[in-house]
Amino acid sequence: MDKQLAQLKFRDPARARALGEALNRVTQEIGRDPISVMHVCGSHEQAIARYGLRATFPRTLNVIMGPGCPVCITDVPEVDEGVALALAGVRVATYGDMLKVPGTKRSLADARADGGRIDIVYSIAQAVDLARDTDEEIVFFATGFETTAVATAAEILRGLPKNLSILSAHKYIPPVMEIVSEMPGSRVEGFLAAGHAATITGSAVFEPFAARHKLPVVVAGFEPLDILAGLLALLEQIRDRKHDVQNLFPRCVNREGNLVAQDKLWRVFEPQGGRWRGIAHIPNGNLRLREEFANVDARKRFKIDIKSLWEDAPSQLTQHCICGDIMSGIAAPKDCPLFGKACIPDSPVGACMVSSEGTCRIWHQYGGVPDLREEQR
Amino acid sequence: MCLGVPGKILSISTEGDRADVDFFGVRREVRLDVVDEPVSVGDYVLNHVGFAIRRIPESEIGVTLELYEELIRRADENDLMTADVRGEMNAARKASDG
Ligand code: SF4
Repeated sequence: MDKQLAQLKFRDPARARALGEALNRVTQEIGRDPISVMHVCGSHEQAIARYGLRATFPRTLNVIMGPGCPVCITDVPEVDEGVALALAGVRVATYGDMLKVPGTKRSLADARADGGRIDIVYSIAQAVDLARDTDEEIVFFATGFETTAVATAAEILRGLPKNLSILSAHKYIPPVMEIVSEMPGSRVEGFLAAGHAATITGSAVFEPFAARHKLPVVVAGFEPLDILAGLLALLEQIRDRKHDVQNLFPRCVNREGNLVAQDKLWRVFEPQGGRWRGIAHIPNGNLRLREEFANVDARKRFKIDIKSLWEDAPSQLTQHCICGDIMSGIAAPKDCPLFGKACIPDSPVGACMVSSEGTCRIWHQYGGVPDLREEQR
Repeated sequence: MCLGVPGKILSISTEGDRADVDFFGVRREVRLDVVDEPVSVGDYVLNHVGFAIRRIPESEIGVTLELYEELIRRADENDLMTADVRGEMNAARKASDG
């Protein structure tokens, strides 16, 4: 009984159909073609692709994945910093997804093949454990959005082992929404905000953005029905010319967010402008360690020479990668001539094919789902 | 990396900074440094990279668990979402007695 109930609630076909019909009705009432909305979360894209939701969307509804994959937007020089450290003999610990992300000339995987020591960890706590077991210097290459940066901050505040330092490539999502919505060619009419990042920041963080850009923002969960309900709320706002922040994910998100986590996050990090790979310079989009934590900042502890990695021009193939345009919402993976041919998960050309949260990787894995919608057109 | 994973608190360390959590039958230790409100044994928390980040309200537990149970029971090893959920579980330390 329990299990049956769970399945019913989870993918109740009647509710899904009702939501689908409502989506159809509202898109017709809006009457534009296409109506483009953006989500900024790899897990949303996974769910959309995995459950074949695009095939059920109204034909005029275009749901784009924006810069919601922290691995994909880690900039090339940031990867170069990790590579340079590894090649200089420093042990680098990082999340597994980072390994194949291309730098200017080499990825961390290439650095490892050249003798660099790279440790894969699932969490900063595991990097701490590694450091406790040795006298060698270890650098934790810290990537991820605010949700992940909170863990880095908490561990730093607790006190790191002397031989552990942090190379922060952490990113902060709210500012990038501003930039992407202002991009020339952007027709994004509303945002589906990432549920778990909003667990930390709270939904209120989007209020100034929604007011300034007159764009609605809906915080939504990850189940198929959550996503359909989130899209419906977004489209209703577009139809009614509203631009409110709505929270449809109250089980994980409230208005003010997790204040304990925010306090730790901002005590350790400060926002700084920086490039997001392939997209643009994002003012306040990078999380950098505050001056008080210079003693654990790998950029201060080591002289990181990335210039020597730049002597050769980047390979021809990488220049064809259009990840940036995909994450900005002006192109789709099928627009890339390398997609599924020269660029596949085993030998990725661009960062979006590396991570389980990258658009190209997700479309490659669950292929056929997006195409179905194409055929209907 | 965006997907937190819910688990049930089985015990809390005497210092109150760590908890043993049951993730769908797997016992792991998570940190309580950044959880949003005080938690006690029996509560469900949402976890990310080894840290509890939110106490899940009682009324919301059922709906929250569904997605994960489906992912873990039915999806194959190569499924990207399942892999991310397993990654999150691996991010938490092995519980000392489990
Ligand atoms: S298919 Fe590969 S090369 Fe093309 S945009 Fe995607 S990641 Fe870049």
